[in-house]
Amino acid sequence: MKYAFYPGCVARGACPELYEATIAICSKLGIELDTEAMKSASCTGAGVLQEKNQRLGDTLNARNFALASKSGLPLMTICSTCQGVMSQANQRLTGDDKYLSEINEDIAEEGLRYDGNVDPRHLLWIIVEDIGIEKLKSTIVRPLKGFKMAPFYGCYLVRPTSALGFDDNPGREDSLERVIEAVGAEVVDFPGKTLCCGFPILTINETNSMNMVANHTMDAKERGADAMVTPCPLCHLNLDGFQPKAAASRNTKIDLPILHLPQLLGLAMGLDPKKLRVNKHIMSTKKLLSQLAVAP
Amino acid sequence: MEVTLSVKRYDPESERADVYYQEYDLEMEESSTVLDALIQIREEIDGTLSLRCSCRSAICGSCAMRINGQAGLACNTMIKNLLKSNDRIIKIEPAGNMNVVKDLVVDFAPFWDKVREVDPWLQHSGEEPKEEYIVPNEDMLHLAGVMSCIMCGACVSDCTALEVDSNFLGPAALAKAYRFVGDPRDDADKVRLGKLNEYGGMWDCTRCMQCVEVCPKGVDPMGRIMALREAAIKAGHNKSYGARHAESFSELVGHSGRLDELRLPIKTFGIFNIKEMLKLIPVAIRSQMAGKRPPIFHKSIPGVENVRRIFDKVENRK
Repeated sequence: MKYAFYPGCVARGACPELYEATIAICSKLGIELDTEAMKSASCTGAGVLQEKNQRLGDTLNARNFALASKSGLPLMTICSTCQGVMSQANQRLTGDDKYLSEINEDIAEEGLRYDGNVDPRHLLWIIVEDIGIEKLKSTIVRPLKGFKMAPFYGCYLVRPTSALGFDDNPGREDSLERVIEAVGAEVVDFPGKTLCCGFPILTINETNSMNMVANHTMDAKERGADAMVTPCPLCHLNLDGFQPKAAASRNTKIDLPILHLPQLLGLAMGLDPKKLRVNKHIMSTKKLLSQLAVAP
Repeated sequence: MEVTLSVKRYDPESERADVYYQEYDLEMEESSTVLDALIQIREEIDGTLSLRCSCRSAICGSCAMRINGQAGLACNTMIKNLLKSNDRIIKIEPAGNMNVVKDLVVDFAPFWDKVREVDPWLQHSGEEPKEEYIVPNEDMLHLAGVMSCIMCGACVSDCTALEVDSNFLGPAALAKAYRFVGDPRDDADKVRLGKLNEYGGMWDCTRCMQCVEVCPKGVDPMGRIMALREAAIKAGHNKSYGARHAESFSELVGHSGRLDELRLPIKTFGIFNIKEMLKLIPVAIRSQMAGKRPPIFHKSIPGVENVRRIFDKVENRK
């Protein structure tokens, strides 16, 4: 199956490892990525631009949807935040004809028009809905038996359920757990898995942000997690990049590797960890990889 | 319909002054709510169980609690919607982020203190009208949602910012603040927004949407907090890190079409903000060593002029 690939800003910025790992696993899963269709797409606004001007955010997203629509391909994201922001914008755009036609006036000059016919979906949802858990299992050559993985969704991929189509697709609720189980690992369930990583307030209230990182990573670790897995690069930036600072604020070491979802899948698919750039994290993945006996 | 309620118990005055879960097996009707089950326990099985409830119709806001880990009103949560074929247990806990008085009863005093902090009354300047204040219907429509708030505390219970910082005003009080900021009869916007712009105010919300999800009345507290932020920036309260973050983010996207992660923190804090700039250094070094930093030469998206034109059009729209 072919998708219009929208990687988002972070996978091409501070988390290039996510981009590489995605490309690597998609070919294994039979997901064909059109990397040209969304080349001129803009940032979704990440919920931040919307704080200043929601209409502007909706117009940028309508333009992105129009680009996807023009390609005739379903739209795929690899970022929980992009997914949520797009879904929420789509809910407003498709729920109000007058609003959509006004927005269309503002993107018309480029020859674009959005008819409300795009359904943006995260790679995680595409795996469980289009590819299927069975097909995923068939690509696994190195099952992660004996490993305990803590899921961390990212707020925008779980709330608000009304915008994210959970009613029509109830399987989205535990999709990450099912994928973790499919690769042979054990799920570490903990209350923080659907809560905030603290990234949105990192520059606003760092103390609160660090407390969130510490609470979630320490809780997962205490419950026996070998690593945490996230479909959101923004969560990754905080949980991985700021884990040393969060640990220091509690006078402790946490040392919990944080994997991007495609990296987890790639390791179980037997791909080279270097190709997946698992070694390009702030929190060392050496111990995890040596336990897997695939140290780069 | 067989169901088991696992209820979190705590009684500071009992000999057993610790927290534990007690299970109650019940036979309930298809139409029963969680509140029906709790009342049945209290009336027929265990008179020591404490809970607050009154109207049983999702109007009084008394029976907010955590049901299977998520805040909601016990009186409008149907038992049959919570049961799965392989799982007949429902976990009942008191609302979060508030101190437990006993069992499912929590102390609402800090909740009311925060609501009072936002001056939740109309402040009209100038002459009082001879009769009632007249407002066009359409000017009040956007407040209909927020005026449905029944002060049940479900949003406060599950707020992720309050979980780490009890100083935060919280979603209920901020939604109430918006109810007056957005009211055309109120003339204290500037002062209100200034106060809400401070530490513990509107910018400490993480945008996690827990409040949106758990609110039983569709108040959308986070949406109101976003509206407060937009109003604060428009009113010129643009010095806080929150406002600067939103403005810098918007400016950077308006320039290149996508986020420039290197410049965002520098722009937000200001390059001459030595304290914050020094704090960024270890982060930069760690990222550099891991081979994980964003590109120094940030590229614009192809056709960025189309994005810039949209910025011009929408930002200059009346």
